[in-house]
Amino acid sequence: MPSLTINGVPVRVEEGTTLLEAARFLGFPIPTLCHMDGLEPYGACRLCVVEIGEGSGARLVTSCTYPAVEGLRVRTASKRVLRARRMIIELLLASSPRSRTIQDLASAYGVRQQRFRQENEDCILCGLCVRVCKEQMMAGAIGFSGRGSKRKIVTPFDETSEVCRRCGACMYVCPACQLRCTCAEPERALCGACENLQPPCTERHDDMMCYMAPCVACEIDRD
Amino acid sequence: MISGKLDSLTALESLRARLRGERPRDAAVIVIPAGTCGRASGAEEIVAAAEEVIQEDGLADRVLLRVTGCHGWCEMEPSILVEPRRTFYPRVKPGDVPRIVAAAACGTVAEELLYSDSKTDQRIERQEDIPFYQKQVRTLLGRNERVDPTRIGDYIAEGGYGAFARALHQLAPSRIIEEIKAAGLRGRGGGGFPTGRKWEMLAAQPDGQDKYVVCNGDEGDPGAYMDRSLLEGNPHAIIEGMLIGAYATGANRGVIYVRMEYPLAIRHVAMAIEQARQIGLLGDSILGSSFSFDISLVRGAGAFVCGEETALIRSIEGEVGEPRQRPPYPVQRGIRGRPTLINNVETWANVPVIIEEGAERFARIGTPGNTGTKIFSLVGKVRNTGLVEVPMGITLAEIVYDIGGASATAVKAVQTGGPSGGCIPARMFDLRVDYDSLQAAGAIMGSGGMIVMDQGTCMVDIARYFTRFLMDESCGKCFTCRKGIQRMHEILDDITNGRGKPQDLDLLEELALAVKDTTLCGLGQTAPNPVLSTLRYFRDEYLEHIVNRRCPAGVCTALVSFAISEDCTGCGRCAKVCPTGAIAGERGRRFRIDPEKCIKCGACRDACRAGAVGVVPGPERVERKGRGCPA
Amino acid sequence: MTSVESRVDLDIEAVREIVRKHRNELGGLLAILEEIQSECGFLPAWALKVVAAELRRPLIDVYSVATFYRAFSLQPRGRQTICVCLGTACHVRGGEEVARAFERALGIRAGQTTADGEFTLETVNCLGACALGPIAMVNGRIFSKVQPAKVPEIVEALRRSRHRPALATAST
Repeated sequence: MPSLTINGVPVRVEEGTTLLEAARFLGFPIPTLCHMDGLEPYGACRLCVVEIGEGSGARLVTSCTYPAVEGLRVRTASKRVLRARRMIIELLLASSPRSRTIQDLASAYGVRQQRFRQENEDCILCGLCVRVCKEQMMAGAIGFSGRGSKRKIVTPFDETSEVCRRCGACMYVCPACQLRCTCAEPERALCGACENLQPPCTERHDDMMCYMAPCVACEIDRD
Repeated sequence: MISGKLDSLTALESLRARLRGERPRDAAVIVIPAGTCGRASGAEEIVAAAEEVIQEDGLADRVLLRVTGCHGWCEMEPSILVEPRRTFYPRVKPGDVPRIVAAAACGTVAEELLYSDSKTDQRIERQEDIPFYQKQVRTLLGRNERVDPTRIGDYIAEGGYGAFARALHQLAPSRIIEEIKAAGLRGRGGGGFPTGRKWEMLAAQPDGQDKYVVCNGDEGDPGAYMDRSLLEGNPHAIIEGMLIGAYATGANRGVIYVRMEYPLAIRHVAMAIEQARQIGLLGDSILGSSFSFDISLVRGAGAFVCGEETALIRSIEGEVGEPRQRPPYPVQRGIRGRPTLINNVETWANVPVIIEEGAERFARIGTPGNTGTKIFSLVGKVRNTGLVEVPMGITLAEIVYDIGGASATAVKAVQTGGPSGGCIPARMFDLRVDYDSLQAAGAIMGSGGMIVMDQGTCMVDIARYFTRFLMDESCGKCFTCRKGIQRMHEILDDITNGRGKPQDLDLLEELALAVKDTTLCGLGQTAPNPVLSTLRYFRDEYLEHIVNRRCPAGVCTALVSFAISEDCTGCGRCAKVCPTGAIAGERGRRFRIDPEKCIKCGACRDACRAGAVGVVPGPERVERKGRGCPA
Repeated sequence: MTSVESRVDLDIEAVREIVRKHRNELGGLLAILEEIQSECGFLPAWALKVVAAELRRPLIDVYSVATFYRAFSLQPRGRQTICVCLGTACHVRGGEEVARAFERALGIRAGQTTADGEFTLETVNCLGACALGPIAMVNGRIFSKVQPAKVPEIVEALRRSRHRPALATAST
């Protein structure tokens, strides 16, 4: 059972506990995007970074994947961590401004501007949809293709998937999908269920089950 | 002919003696480097010509032919080296071959074909006396000269596998590790991690399971090809190094991973493994001992990131080359979850040398903490491009000016370490080349790529070039690496196209530091280096692009214009090659380039015999249409 | 890199055999895909589906590997592949302009194949012949110190050599 200190507070945890779990146990908040309890941690969004080590050896690691190790000294909100988090949020805003999750993060961390060329991508490639499809739904209908700036989440050959069971879990866990307007006509009361998100594994259906939080179409339009 | 498995140390030594005995004494040897570079320059025709002459003139007992891998001086290939005199003939044409062979047969020299030093106009006969070679210590490249890589017999006759055989029968594994530690060998792939310590860690892993030793031949740094020359030119040295390493650490399985862009290296390594198996140097009960070890060859599939250790492991497992977090380290959990040791090609090649000549002698070369030699690929704006092997601790000035033959007034900077490295300005060339000194200057030694740049190289364009490279090669998992590098590229693209803003430089630095801090693997962590180092030493060039919309080097096409000077003879060649028909004029009179049609491809400058086409750094005067690519 | 003339038509059983041959080797799926590609010139979708079924792995896993590595192509390639090196040494000597010149001469962008199925143009990040840059590699044969102005001639020569395969291909 390794003992470590987080923000100066000593704690003893079970072998295999991640720094994220240990910090949350102590009540220290760490933002995440690509993390979800019940799914294997992936470490894609980098938002949960914390600082470990001392002096010139200090470095940032993702707390969702890093295991608690005997004697580790962790800082969850040092200057270096906050600087990194703000830049990540700025980059997120520059890519996917329509996600309310990302907007909320910006408010929480005082990010008021983004200085890059504005994009309007929906997907931040956090991989939650891929992992929920594979690990929880055991379907494996979607996954990553390509690499680098061309990386995408797709069905094989962009074809309609034969193994997708239309469960909607991918939409449910998507941080860009959550809490956002997808409806082209905001005055409609019912959510249009990702008409412009093109969920990768399904065809368009007339009757779509929508698993998203209450549609906030009206609210966003009013801003 | 070699047949049958060697079942003891004595059997190996007998074979060696027999092979040596079979060589005709007093014969001259025509050595022709025919690695990938050599072949691209026409070495195969030279080989064919030499074979023909030797056959037709009946010289087979007086002149032997040895086709080898790269010797290093690619600029001069196809070249011929004649032993034992060590006569060097540069840029040989097929028509020269008969004279060279005839001279070799008589023990003389074809004077008129010798290398001529351009500074002194003197002819120099011996390779060792040529300035390019004088400051080199050719421990590894020298061995490339001595073997035909497709014949294990050559390697054995030269003493090959002797170090392994003696280690196997006379040294305890821990003793071998001590020797490697005492030699001070550090990872030649760029990390510089002490090799002996890595071996110790693998040896400390529990027995009773598969243990792997891997040769990382995924040399992806553009501009670096040292490993290619070793894999092509002396694959048995790698195999011997891995045998020693496996024996010392208790490993039973080996992997040589070669990138697919090196087809000749793949062929030669495959042949070498097969030949080693046939005589029992790989497989079960090697040389009659209880040590068993075999090597698999794995071909890369075109991914730079697979040079990173954890990505390499995943690639070997047949997966996507996505790095993973450490701990656990490969040495604890690697291929298929088993302990895995990964070393670079050049590191492995040094191992038999250390065991053969002893750690003390090895450590006499170089400087404390940075022992031995390092092979660099010296390319770009130098006269003597090629591979050079030098003692650690030599200065950059010696490499670039003395060996490379570059002019001190022309050189602007040198880029080391590929996309993970940095640029060092000419005024700092008294820096010693070793792991620690370069790091202090904001660069890294890296795997050995050394690209020389002159006034005609734009440092902003270089930074942009590297970010574009990394955008493609990043695996794409980490948001900050994928998006951060893309955004750095956007900013640099804006700057090189005249759209830069003063605040871009601060944003670039801030972004670069965030990427460096928050990425999982070495690719992302070092991606900002080219940007940060050029900003550090060449900030004025950036400012010139942003403030004055001018590219001082005359490279960034949006910020330059092509013009024809009065030197024009009116021959019209430029107009013929111009892809957009932008050049017009009358024969015998000065031609003119229409700036509205010009796409700055440079074809006219290449075609002009009078040197009349010049590049003028300066702002765009007209609105340009898109570059010449058809839609 | 495929040679100009090898184009064997595989069937499902042949693909299965390739899978069986390599599945337990190190390199595994990479070796399987390499062999299929060297037989067919590219990776047909049907073949990847057979591979996934035979390996009992989700198709998306095989697809991820096939699209991650640059060596693999999911589209049929031209009979001749022109590979322009964009390594640093070649870049510093004008490699980009050579690539653009090929694009103009062939009428396609890098990564595409000409409509007549003759040429595929690609760029690669370093072929390791840096002293001879700028480099273009065609069917395994290296053209060194390529000048943009000479590119149209090179393309014409390659087109003509189609009928004389000995000139076009080089054993690699």
